[in-house]
Amino acid sequence: MTNDAPDTVYDVAVIGAGVVGCALARELARYEVSVVVLERSSDVGNGTSKANTAILHTGFDCVPGSLESTLVSRGYHLLGAYAEAAGIAVERTGGLLVAWDDEQHATLASLQEKAVKNGYGATRILSAAEVRDREPNLGEGVRAGLEVPGESIICPWSTVLAYALEAATAGVSFLFDTLVSSVTRLEGVHVLATTRGEVRSRWLINAAGLFSSDVDGLCNHDDFKVTPRRGELVVFDKLARNLITSIILPVPTQRTKGVLVAPTVYGNVLLGPTADDVEDPFATATTEEGIARLFEAGAKIVPKLVGEEVTAMYAGLRAATQFQDYQIRAHEGEAYVCVGGIRSTGLTASMAIADYVAGLLRTEGLELKERFATPATPNMAPLGEQQRRRYLDAEAIERDPEYGQIVCHCERVTRGEVRDATTGVLGARDLGALRRRTRALNGRCQGFYCGAEVVALLSQLSGRSPAALTGLGS
Amino acid sequence: MTRDDKIDCDVLVVGAGPAGLSAAIELRARGVQRVVVVEREAQAGGVPRHCHHTGFGLRDLHRSLAGPRYADELCRRATASGVRILTGTTITSLENNGDARATNASGLHVITSRAVLLASGARERPRSARLVAGDRPPGVFTTGQLQQWVNVKNLPVGSRALVIGAEHVSFSAMLTLRHAHVRTVALVTDLENQQSVASYAFAARMLFGVPVWTRTRVIAINGHERVREVVLEDVATRKRRVEAVDVVVFSGDWIPDNELARRVGVEIDPGTLGPASDVGGRTSVASIYAAGNLVHPVETADVAALRAREVARVLAEDLKRGPSSSLFEQIALRVEAPLLWVWPNRVERAAPVSRLALRAKAFSESRLLVARQAGEEIARERVGKVVPNRALSVEGAFLAAADLGRGPVTLSLRA
Repeated sequence: MTNDAPDTVYDVAVIGAGVVGCALARELARYEVSVVVLERSSDVGNGTSKANTAILHTGFDCVPGSLESTLVSRGYHLLGAYAEAAGIAVERTGGLLVAWDDEQHATLASLQEKAVKNGYGATRILSAAEVRDREPNLGEGVRAGLEVPGESIICPWSTVLAYALEAATAGVSFLFDTLVSSVTRLEGVHVLATTRGEVRSRWLINAAGLFSSDVDGLCNHDDFKVTPRRGELVVFDKLARNLITSIILPVPTQRTKGVLVAPTVYGNVLLGPTADDVEDPFATATTEEGIARLFEAGAKIVPKLVGEEVTAMYAGLRAATQFQDYQIRAHEGEAYVCVGGIRSTGLTASMAIADYVAGLLRTEGLELKERFATPATPNMAPLGEQQRRRYLDAEAIERDPEYGQIVCHCERVTRGEVRDATTGVLGARDLGALRRRTRALNGRCQGFYCGAEVVALLSQLSGRSPAALTGLGS
Repeated sequence: MTRDDKIDCDVLVVGAGPAGLSAAIELRARGVQRVVVVEREAQAGGVPRHCHHTGFGLRDLHRSLAGPRYADELCRRATASGVRILTGTTITSLENNGDARATNASGLHVITSRAVLLASGARERPRSARLVAGDRPPGVFTTGQLQQWVNVKNLPVGSRALVIGAEHVSFSAMLTLRHAHVRTVALVTDLENQQSVASYAFAARMLFGVPVWTRTRVIAINGHERVREVVLEDVATRKRRVEAVDVVVFSGDWIPDNELARRVGVEIDPGTLGPASDVGGRTSVASIYAAGNLVHPVETADVAALRAREVARVLAEDLKRGPSSSLFEQIALRVEAPLLWVWPNRVERAAPVSRLALRAKAFSESRLLVARQAGEEIARERVGKVVPNRALSVEGAFLAAADLGRGPVTLSLRA
C-alpha cells in the first residue's frame, strides 16, 4: 500500500493487477518512472488469471500474423526463462493433439502448416500406434495425433505473484480494493476517482481484463466489447496424474473446440474447459450441466480419469471480445494505452505484452530510462511437484523447523510456508490468497483435516478475525 | 532425532487413531519388540479427539468415554506398553519392501521395518468430490472439519445450516452445530429414509425441530463472499427449490485415505477403495498390512479398534513364522449392488472365515444374503435389516461350505 501524499502524481497508473497488469508493473519497475497499480479485488491475480488451464503455450495454433501470435511465441520464451530464474514451477510435458475422427485427422496437416506460420516448426504427426504408445490410457478410437513438444505447464499463481513482488520491491505501489469509477484528464494528468479516493497519473494503462471495455468506456473509447466466456474445469486427484504424460489437446473443428486433459504442476489432472458466453463478469459458478458435459468428454479421452476422485471444480472467465486478436492500442495524444481482449493466452504472452506496451509508451513520448540497479528477480516458493518442496528439503528444515511441520496434509504445505506467504510484501490477507501462495486447502480433503487449523493460523498471522476470513463479517 | 536419521523397528504403524494405537498395543502384548507409530497430526488419538460426545470405548475398553478421553486412554496405554509414538511426523513415501521416508520438524528420516501396518483412516467426501456445482464460498464443511472448527479451535460457524446426509454422523454434525448455536434447517438425503436409528431422527425432530428431507438431492451452492443459498431437487419430480442458509455440512460418504497404499501398489478393493485385505490385514504386498477405517470405511472407533487387534494378532504370528501368505493363496470376496463393500474382502484358503462386515448403499427389502462361486450358489443366510451407511454383518461360518479353491465369491441380496 502506498503512503504517498494524496496529491502525488504518478508517472503511470495501471488499472488491473492480473497477470497482464503485474507484468506491466514489473516491466515499468525497471525504469525511472513512478508506477501505481489499482486493483478492484483484494489480491493480485484474482480474476481471470487465477482460473485457467495453466498452460505455457508455444502459440502453434494462434491466428498467423496476429499480434497475439507474435506476443505468445515471444512470451513463451520470455516467461520460460523468467520462470526458471524465479523458481516458478514449469514442466516441459509437451502437448499431443489427438484426432478421434476423419475430420479431425484431416485437420492435423493444416494445423502443422499453421504452426509453421506461427514460427513453430517442431510439430510432428503421429500414427495411432505412436499416440497409443505414448499415452496408453487414452480411450478407444484414436486415429492419429499431432505432437507439439514445446507445450508446457506452469504455475499461474506464482507467475503473477513473482511479477508483482518484483515490481513492489522495486517501488511500485499496489492499491487493492480500489475500483476506478471515473477518469478525467486535466492539464495532462489523469484523475482517477476510486473507492479509495483520487489517484493521479500522467499515463494510464488499462489492463482491467474482464472490465477492460468498461475502463475503455471511462476513457471515452468504444473499440471493443468484452463478453466473459466461462470455462468450467474439473481437477482430479493426484492419484490420476500417472494416467497421462503430456497435455492431451483436442483438435479444433468447425463444430467444436473440444476439451483438454492436462497435468498440473501440482500433480493433479485438469479436465476442461467448457466455453459458454455469459453476461455477468462475476459468474464464476460451475454448473451441473457443464460438469456433466466435461465428464462425458473426459470419459472418451481418458476413461480411467473419470473413475478417480474429484479434488476441485472451478470456473474461470476469459475476456473474449468480438475480435480474434488482442486489443492493444495507444491513443495518440491521450497518454492512454488500452491492453484489452487478452484471452487465455495472456499468461504465456504476459511478458511480451508488457515489453510491447513499454514500446508503445516510448513511441507516445514517455521517457523510459533504465534504473541504475535493475530490480532483483524474486525467489518464489516451490509449489511444483517436480521442484524440491519444503517438506523434502532437509537443509531448509534444519535452518527452520517450521518447514518440517506439515499443516495441510493433502498438499503437504508446511507451517513455514504459510508463515512466509502471510508475512512480508503482498502477504496473503484471505484464504484465497493463501491457497494461491501455498496450495494449502487445495487438496483432496478440501479442509476435512486441516481447515480449522489453517484458518486459525491465518487469523493469527494476518491479524484478521476468523469471522472476517470466512465471510461472516468482522 | 537428527537429520536423515534412520529408525529401525519391527513394525511401523502409520496412523495413531483407534486402530493404529490398538494394534500397536496388541503387537507389544504379543511380544513384538520395537513398535513405532507415526502420526502426522501434532497429537495422537485420531478422529475421536474432535468428537466430544460420549459412547467411545464401549466394546473395546468396556467403558463409555467422551472422544478426547478415549483418545487419551489409548495413547496412555500405548505409551505404557512400550509403543514409540512419533507425532507431527508424515510418511512421505513408502517402498514395497516396507522402507518409509518421513518428514518432521527435526528433518527427514528413513524408517525401516519388518512390516508396515497402514491405519491411515478415512475421510468424508467433500463437496467437490460429490460434484455439487455452484460458487465456492466459505461456509462449506465436512463433519470432520466442523468438529475441529467448533470443538478444537472454537471458530465461528454461521447461523443457518443444512446437513447433507442422514446417517449417524449427520446427526452428530447436527449436535455439533447446535453446540455452536447454529440452527440446522434440515438433514437432506437423496434416499427414501434416514439411515440412523429411529430414535435419533425422532429426537432430532421432536427435541430440536430438525426434519429429515428425504428423496432430496443437492444440486448447487450459491454465494460469493459466503454461502447464501443451496439449490435442492426433489429426486422424484425433479422440481427444484432454493434454501437460504450460510452453512452447508457434507456428512458421511466415506473414502479411505488410501494414497500411501495406492502409491506402493497394494491391490485396492473396488468396494471399500481401501487395500484389499484379509482378517489379518494382509494385503497383496507381503510386508504391508492394513487395518481400521482404511479397510472398512467406516466402523465405529471401538469396532475399528477390536478388528485392528485381530490384525495385530495375525501380524505378530506372521512375524514369528516369516513372510505372510501371499494373495495367491487368497480368495477375493466381492459384492453386488445394493451392497457397497465387504470386509475382510480376502479370505485365506485354509483358515476359518471371520465375521464379515458389510455395507449397503441403498435400502433393500431383501434380508437374504446369498454367496455364489463360479456361478453357483454356495450359501445363504438371513441378515439384519439392510439400511445404507449402517453396519451390517454376518458370521463367517456362513462361508464354511465355500470351496475356497474355486475363485472369487460374490455376495448379493436375494429377494
